[in-house]
Amino acid sequence: MAYDKFNILTSTVVPLPTENVDTDQIIPARFLKATEREGFGDNLFRDWRYDADGNPKKDFVLNDSTYSGKILLAGKNFGSGSSREHAVWALYDYGFRCVVSSFFADIFKNNCLNIGVLPVTISPEFADILFSAVEQDPLTQVEVDIDKQTITLLKTGASESFDINTYKKENMKNGFDDIDYLLNIEKEITEFAKSRS
Amino acid sequence: MEKKTLFDKIWDAHVVKSVPDGPDVFFIDKHFIHEVTSPVAFLNLEKRGVGVMYPERTVATPDHNVPTIDQDKTIKDKLSRMQVERLRENCKKYNIELHDLGSAHHGIVHVIGPELGITQPGMTIVCGDSHTSTHGAFGAIAFGIGTSEVEMVLATQCIMQTKAKKMRITVDGEVGPGVTSKDIILYIISKISAAGATGYFVEYAGSAFRSLSMEARMTVCNMSIEMGARGGLIAPDETTFEYLKGKQYAPKGEDWDRAVAEWTALQTDEGAVFDKEYHFDATDIEPMITYGTNPGMGIKIRDIIPTLDGMEGSNKKTYLKSLDYMGFVPGEYIKGKKVDYVFVGSCTNGRIEDIRSVANFVKGKQKADNITAWIVPGSREVEKMAHEEGLVKILEEAGFKLRQPGCSACLAMNDDKIPSGKYAVSTSNRNFEGRQGPGARTLLASPLTVAAVAVTGEISDPRDVF
Repeated sequence: MAYDKFNILTSTVVPLPTENVDTDQIIPARFLKATEREGFGDNLFRDWRYDADGNPKKDFVLNDSTYSGKILLAGKNFGSGSSREHAVWALYDYGFRCVVSSFFADIFKNNCLNIGVLPVTISPEFADILFSAVEQDPLTQVEVDIDKQTITLLKTGASESFDINTYKKENMKNGFDDIDYLLNIEKEITEFAKSRS
Repeated sequence: MEKKTLFDKIWDAHVVKSVPDGPDVFFIDKHFIHEVTSPVAFLNLEKRGVGVMYPERTVATPDHNVPTIDQDKTIKDKLSRMQVERLRENCKKYNIELHDLGSAHHGIVHVIGPELGITQPGMTIVCGDSHTSTHGAFGAIAFGIGTSEVEMVLATQCIMQTKAKKMRITVDGEVGPGVTSKDIILYIISKISAAGATGYFVEYAGSAFRSLSMEARMTVCNMSIEMGARGGLIAPDETTFEYLKGKQYAPKGEDWDRAVAEWTALQTDEGAVFDKEYHFDATDIEPMITYGTNPGMGIKIRDIIPTLDGMEGSNKKTYLKSLDYMGFVPGEYIKGKKVDYVFVGSCTNGRIEDIRSVANFVKGKQKADNITAWIVPGSREVEKMAHEEGLVKILEEAGFKLRQPGCSACLAMNDDKIPSGKYAVSTSNRNFEGRQGPGARTLLASPLTVAAVAVTGEISDPRDVF
């Protein structure tokens, strides 16, 4: 479905340096039973966030009031494993609009772009800079500018550019999704389908 | 003429158009759906007022969330029941073929597709499930998609995809006794890591794959996603054609001859270039087992759990977090560790050859008292064959029971959950934290190794158990 338009996002950052975070951690399978898209944020990182009795685990970053914001700064190979789009729905529902990592799993990255959460791939070096900046000052602001394709640590001006193709960029900026595009070329698709039957 | 890989040939034949500085509009031949990742897609279609463009290209079955006992009764869990009912309603409304619970061809989506001959060489196949890569065993481009893309396929039979880079993994030689295709793929993932093929589509080549049965090839392609690859495929050959011939949806008569001629041409051209290549020697592969919380953390079952040598920073932290979860210490042997549960099943190893290999192994032996065993067939067809071949009787005499088909403890959405802190040696595909239930500790291995564990009650090398 169409989603919020994304232009410039300026926000504090929630750091999660753990590597290889798979989508089973982001949203465990037992919470995939809904038949609608809303409400997944409550169970985001469920088993890292709460103990078996449902009490918040103090050492997990989402339970640490020092950190908040619309940008999740993640360790490398974020979003591996299951293709469940519910993982991105949970991030979105919780309030994240952008995930930053030095390495994303493919399907997760696609799913992000399809529902309007911007995945920003940065170099491992820049990731280190961001992690230490947030550690030193949890209120530090990061700016993500989709038009210029830059991510900037506002305090120091340290900046890096990121890749996104023009098509996806325009989609994100305008809140369009792929189905809008595909429905517009229905005729070309039906012609093609004839050749495949 | 341009030299093309098998992946190029199938991909290029399915591009409706390419968006400038954007993805390809990619046509999908076959679409599988199940009860968990499809309801929101149908809901959104309704909101948009759009129908299903080619219902005959979609096939449905409930598998992720179904109970594996008493399938003839109403599903107890309300939310699970609603998902299955929603799938039934949607299939009826949009005229989609459904293999429902209890019907002759019900089962895990990646088991029934090949079984029915729906999966064929040269096709593009997607499903809202990352193990869709299984179908690549037939020389098809098959991969998992998100729910937004499920909606796209329903509405337009296309998705927007950027073509992946190409990787070839060649394994030559012959594996030793006790080594299965599961060990081959666990070995590969342990070598190149759980993210080693991210951004790539993999072709498996070499004599070690050529000599595998179709079912064993499916196990290999199934786990392509566990090294980050979008999918993996194996060029079709006589083994492929032999498997497909006579299957319900396979072409018949003259159509069959024509299809085989087309399929035979689906090979990577000599001299075609891959973005990355790996070569492994089959004789180095031994029975494998994982010790950590991603499928890349695997070792030969006789080896020690890797030490901290050379690790630092977040890498070391992540490693220690993982071992702490598993209750293991760097540098110790894994063999001989006590186990609580075994699970045989899933789209990785829930086919008849897997059940056969377990039954043959436990024949005349007894399940260890400390082990709770769940053996779950991948489909009704597998269940039926297991009865007909007398495998169920052998399993029962050895203290095992066969359950009913479904994804079961592979992802523990239903009641088949491993309790917190318990060790499970499993033929499934993921050892992530909590994958088989909150706090569950999963070790991935082949059906043969799992059978050995089941009779000894501890981590054992199948080559040592007689």
